[in-house]
Amino acid sequence: MLMFILKRLGLALLVALTVSAISFSLLFLAGDPAVAIAGENASQQDIAAINERFGFDRPLPIQYLDWLRNAVQGDLGMSWYFDLPVTELIADRLSVTMRLGLSAITFALVLAIPMGVAAAARPNSLIDRAALLISVVGQAIPSFWFGLILVVIFSINLGLVPASGNETWRHFILPTVVLGYYATPAIMRLTRAGMIEVLSADYIRTARAKGLGTRKIMFKHALRNAIIPVVSLAAVQMGFMLGGSIVVESIFALHGAGYLAWESISRNDLPTMQALILIFSTFYIFFTFLADVLNAWLDPRLRVS
Amino acid sequence: MTDTTTELEPVVTATDQSKPLTPRQAMVRRALRHKGLLFGSAVILAIVFIAVFAPFLTEHDPFKQSLLARMKPPVFMGGDENHVLGTDALGRDYWARLAYGARISLMIGLLAAVISGLIGSTMGIMAGYFGGRVDTVVTFLINVRLAMPVVLVALAVVALFGGSLMVVVSVLGLLLWDRFAVVLRSATMQVRKQEYVAAAEVLGASLPRILIKDILPNVMNHLIVIFTLEMAHAIILEAALSFLGLGVQPPTPSWGLMISEGKEMLLFEPWMITIPGIALFLLVLAINMMGDGIRDVTAPEGRN
Repeated sequence: MLMFILKRLGLALLVALTVSAISFSLLFLAGDPAVAIAGENASQQDIAAINERFGFDRPLPIQYLDWLRNAVQGDLGMSWYFDLPVTELIADRLSVTMRLGLSAITFALVLAIPMGVAAAARPNSLIDRAALLISVVGQAIPSFWFGLILVVIFSINLGLVPASGNETWRHFILPTVVLGYYATPAIMRLTRAGMIEVLSADYIRTARAKGLGTRKIMFKHALRNAIIPVVSLAAVQMGFMLGGSIVVESIFALHGAGYLAWESISRNDLPTMQALILIFSTFYIFFTFLADVLNAWLDPRLRVS
Repeated sequence: MTDTTTELEPVVTATDQSKPLTPRQAMVRRALRHKGLLFGSAVILAIVFIAVFAPFLTEHDPFKQSLLARMKPPVFMGGDENHVLGTDALGRDYWARLAYGARISLMIGLLAAVISGLIGSTMGIMAGYFGGRVDTVVTFLINVRLAMPVVLVALAVVALFGGSLMVVVSVLGLLLWDRFAVVLRSATMQVRKQEYVAAAEVLGASLPRILIKDILPNVMNHLIVIFTLEMAHAIILEAALSFLGLGVQPPTPSWGLMISEGKEMLLFEPWMITIPGIALFLLVLAINMMGDGIRDVTAPEGRN
């Protein structure tokens, strides 16, 4: 088990390093960053001064190593637009995004697992069809549009919840529904497929033959085994959702890290952009690593390969 | 036990006992009975028809503004017949913009899926066929790609390179190849074990010949299914980028842009976001249903 964790950890670090190198060079490919700061009509002296101050005239690999060394120490540079240390800026906003991500994954699991189990218990029944409808619609509905429709119905027409901001927990209701619904179809499908497979296993037949009640079979024997892949999918979805929060946060003006990403992109704030790409991908890498370890812990068969 | 049957319909659908169906005939028969596939294909055909014949379906110009005819409601909300779906805040005909907008969505979806399909299937087939180090490298690249937040990277690239159609298509094409690679890698691994591949190798067939004549046709159904899914994915992402103001730029009639412009009128004219939103939803739904249908029809043993 320890060997397994160490191997996965090493791989995760390598992936994180590669992503950081790509995102770093990508943003420099776009053109001269000094011109981006100074503007199109800046004089030669201004450009030179900016190059000197930020060190843009050094070779790219050196700049990258420099940036990386500082990043590891928690210093992600200064934001060009906000004129604050990027680390401070992001730490401030990240709590909002984390709260949104946690409530969204909770929403998705609470909706998807019972629906998936019920659908698997009675395939082709009304509830199975309802579950299928929810997941087909969820895969096709654009989340930004879904968000706006919810605002029209629940904020403008019914006045039940606020449409934007992040002052109280009520501001998080609509964003949670939108982001959570995005993760629901995959979890529901996997729960249903896993349950159907497990329910045809021999030990379930044995349990039935012993005369155990349906509820006990479903929850104590079947779900326990069917849920293993769902746990790791949920962790991966959590990583995806944090990256997808940029759309949801900008619709609801929820001032989290996703909203900050949108702000920094529309203002050409390179250091903040780079840092956010790094942070969102680190989250994803962390959650997939967590998923692997959880999986190996729950299902010993996976540790061998 | 009686209520736990998982079969939706019999896999073999031969009704004529005297003449067994060829696999192809059985497949066509399955296709014609698959409601989702039929519905999806019908909606896609309709949207393609609208996109191709847009100039004949409306006499209005999607770019022509008219300050005298701003924000006219659609016919079903008391508008007049001249503007069936009303006009937007600049007085442009909404139906004309919707019809021409279908061209943008379809074109971006197709081109992005072609680019990502080329990249991803090449990588997947290589990894699946050669295994070993090639597989290790490809798997690593897939992991790296998956770790990059798509929306964030796409937004950043569009912001830096400008929001032309070409940039949007290229960035989506370069980002969405992961599923092609993952699926084709494992599909190729399965096919590679077959004896006809070994036979071709023994006969001295060249590598390109084996990959194109023996491997590719046998992973084609997976390729088509992922192609449809990624096309739908690219269409939704384009709309999302345009909605955030960092996709295709105004005055291009993109559905995502129409939703973004309609957002300003959310309070008084909610139909302005409803119409392009439903169009977008229908198109993506139809493509997904077609993809699921193709999977069910070509690989009936794999459905659950």
